[in-house]
Formats: sequence, C-alpha cells, structure tokens
Amino acid sequence: MPTPPDVAAGFDAEALYLALLDQVREGLAGVPDVAIVGIHSGGAWIAERLAHDLGLADRLGFIDISFYRDDYAKKGLHPHVKSTRIGFDVDGAAILLVDDVLYTGRTVRAAINALFDYGRPKRIMLATLAERDGRQLPVAADFAAVRTTLAPGQSLALARSEAGQLTLTIEQDNA
Amino acid sequence: MHNPQLNKHGELNHLLSIEGLPKAIINHILDTASSFVSISDREVKKVPLLRGKSVFNLFFENSTRTRTTFEIASKRLSADVINLNIAASSTSKGESLLDTIDNLAAMHADMFVVRHAQSGAPYLIAKHLNDTKQHHVHVVNAGDGRHAHPTQGLLDMYTIRHYKKDFTNLRVAIVGDILHSRVARSDIHALTTLGVPEVRAIGPYTLLPGGLEQMGVRLFTNMDEGLKDVDVIIMLRLQNERMSGALLPSAGEYFKAYGLTPERLALAKSDAIVMHPGPMNRGVEIDSAVADGAQAVILPQVTFGIAVRMAVMSMIASA
Repeated sequence: MPTPPDVAAGFDAEALYLALLDQVREGLAGVPDVAIVGIHSGGAWIAERLAHDLGLADRLGFIDISFYRDDYAKKGLHPHVKSTRIGFDVDGAAILLVDDVLYTGRTVRAAINALFDYGRPKRIMLATLAERDGRQLPVAADFAAVRTTLAPGQSLALARSEAGQLTLTIEQDNA
Repeated sequence: MHNPQLNKHGELNHLLSIEGLPKAIINHILDTASSFVSISDREVKKVPLLRGKSVFNLFFENSTRTRTTFEIASKRLSADVINLNIAASSTSKGESLLDTIDNLAAMHADMFVVRHAQSGAPYLIAKHLNDTKQHHVHVVNAGDGRHAHPTQGLLDMYTIRHYKKDFTNLRVAIVGDILHSRVARSDIHALTTLGVPEVRAIGPYTLLPGGLEQMGVRLFTNMDEGLKDVDVIIMLRLQNERMSGALLPSAGEYFKAYGLTPERLALAKSDAIVMHPGPMNRGVEIDSAVADGAQAVILPQVTFGIAVRMAVMSMIASA
C-alpha cells in the first residue's frame, strides 16, 4: 500500500486543473452534443472553468444533490441547498459531470439520479480533480488529474479564494 | 416554555404556528423553498426525499385548494398521500380526535396535515404525539379556526421576498376581515419576525380585532388613508357567512368602502404588489381589473405555495 501523502503537503490545485483540462479536451474531441454539469460547490467551480476554457459556456449547468442524498433520513436536509440550473436539453446530450473529489461514489450516484429527472442523456462521463480510495459503489472517473490514497480520517477539501484561485488540501477529520 | 414545534436540537419538528418561530428557521424555510421552485418546471416533477413516507391529509374542515396543494407537494416529494374524508368517517361515529390519531399512527403514518375548525387542534395532536413519545410522527397545521395558517403565511413571505427582496424597508397593508382571519394572524407574526417596519390593518371597525396595536400594527378604517405609499397589499377573502352575522351591511356596501379598485391601488406605491390567499370574490373585496392586472401576484402565490409546503414537509420529516 502506498504511503499516504503528508498532511501539510497538499496538492497544487491549479496544476491539477490544467492536467484535467488537457485530459478532458482530448477525451471529448469529436464527441457531439457535449454539455458540462458541475456538482455544487467544488464541482461547480471546476465546471465553470472547464466550460469557459472549452468554449462551452452556453452548455453549462449546475446541480445540487441535496434532494437525492441517500443519508437524508439520517442527516436531514442540508441547510443551504443551492439551486440546480440545467439550461440545455438533457435529452440526447453527452454530459460531462464534474466533481472536485471522487470518494465513496454516493454523490455521483445522486447526481446521475438527479440528471435523469431532467431527461435522458445519451451518455454521462465523470471528471474529477482528484480521486481517492474508499469507493462504496461501482463508480469510476473517466478523467481525474490525480489518484491518491489517504490515511483513515483524512479527507480532501477544495477551496476557492475570492480571486478564483483553487487550493486542494488534505484535512484531518475531527469526528 | 418549551416550543412544541422544535425538537431538542432546535430543529423544526412540527409546523403549528408562525408565532414563536425563530427568524432563522423562517429564513431557512424560504431558502429551501427557493430550491424547490424549479422542480415543478422539470420533465420529472419529483424528488425522492420522502420516498416511502406516508402523509395523511386530515381535513376536519373542507378546503379543496389547501388540501390539493399539500397533496401535490407531498407527491412531488415522492411521499404516499392518504386523504381521509373525516366528516364521513370515524368522528361522526363518535371517535375522539386523539383516538383517530392513535389509530392512524398505528398504521405507520409519518406526517399529519391537519385542518380543523377548532383553534388549537393541531397543537393538541402534536402535544399528544410528543407526550406518547411518537416523535417520528410530524404535524403540519393547514389552518385551525381563527388561530393560524402557517404555510399560507410562509408562502406570502416567500412571495414578498421574491418581488421585494428585502423586508426591512417595507410598508405592508392587510385589508379586510382581519378578525376572523388566521391568514392575517400568521402574516402579521411573520412580517414582524422578519423585520417589516410598518404593518397596517385596514377594515371596518367590527372586523379589526383587539390587540393588534400591541403587536405593532397600525389600524385604519379608511382604506384610502391606509393604502397610501404601501409596498404590499394583502387582500383577505370576505367570508360570506360573516355577512349574515350583522357584522357587515352587504357585499355591495363592503365593496364601496373596502374593495380594491384600480383607483385605490393607485394610492399605493407604483410598484406595489397585490396578494390574495384565494378564493377571491370578484366585485366583493377585489375588482377584476386589479385581480387580473399587472400588479397582481395572486397566481405566483399559488405556485410558490407548493414549493413552500415541500420545504416545510422535507424539513420536519428529517428532524
């Protein structure tokens, strides 16, 4: 098993983004009817940038998965549900779903469920800045800038500064 | 005193009245509602939040409209809805209210939506559920007597916030039969809690209840004076049954003094909105030209009402 990265070290999120952009640009070349959907909040930040850099600003949407979470009965509704905005026709679209970190796979499951309530996409792909161990569902990323293994109790957190700068840090859960 | 609407973590467990609800919870409901609004525009007008939950509509007093909006809200949350025709069932056979509740709870009800002619009936049910440790069963007051109609009050606040953005610089007038109106009472509590600086009550002296001034409400018996420079006008339905009670002369006389006409509306601010909880009596409390006019937001109120009820039900079901 690889050694977990040092907590203090973290990642260069801006470099990871550029790596992800390259992967996505190459992977989506020639794919018709592409649209990008970011999962609030971290995924939405990355999706916004990808849409801009790929010239797909008019094919950008956002999704909040609060209404589709599988732990609603236990945890209740998130106090700040953000609005889901899908401005393009989901039917027949090739949707690139974007999240900041792929971990258990439950968020992606919820997002796919939510998307299907807007229509029937032709295809859904997944892009994440980082992918870590701990999958609980058969979900895999089509594009990921980094794959890493964390120690128990650690998590990855994406933040965005007011200037729009992204940082990805490893946090120790207090729970 | 412990607020029976909140659980020990301070979360909304039942919705019985806006009175006593903290501002933060009201804002939370309005924020949550705004994310439910768009669901009704989608291909699939449903989210799975209350999948597998059973919502019982207990309407001891008829109200097709309110019952329907709760039914739609429940179904858009994927709950199963059971409508009980109470008038034709057990109560007419002599069963007590709380026995009815216990029987339905034994059928694994998760939520009761209660409309009752008696003020306080939903409180009684919620208290009984709390006392008998049935904390997983929740109660929503869908209107009790003259007391409260909290979801109507909340959807009115949602509508005001949608059009006016900020509560803290508004003049709001409530017009009509304030005395018998649970909507007026819920609106006044909500407006006050949300920081509206001036709430006015306009109506004939016989229909203005005592105690309003202590709640900070300004009273007007002259409608023209009361409407001057207001931002929001909330018209109330004139209940026909009041006419027989000698509180009012006739529908025609009432319209002359308190009907909202385009001329009267012009006394309010030029961007004032006109609201009405429905059902409207055209030509009694409101002129058709106003009801169908550009300033009326009566139909958006109905649409927002679904989202607000979805927000309330999803919040209490997870408490």
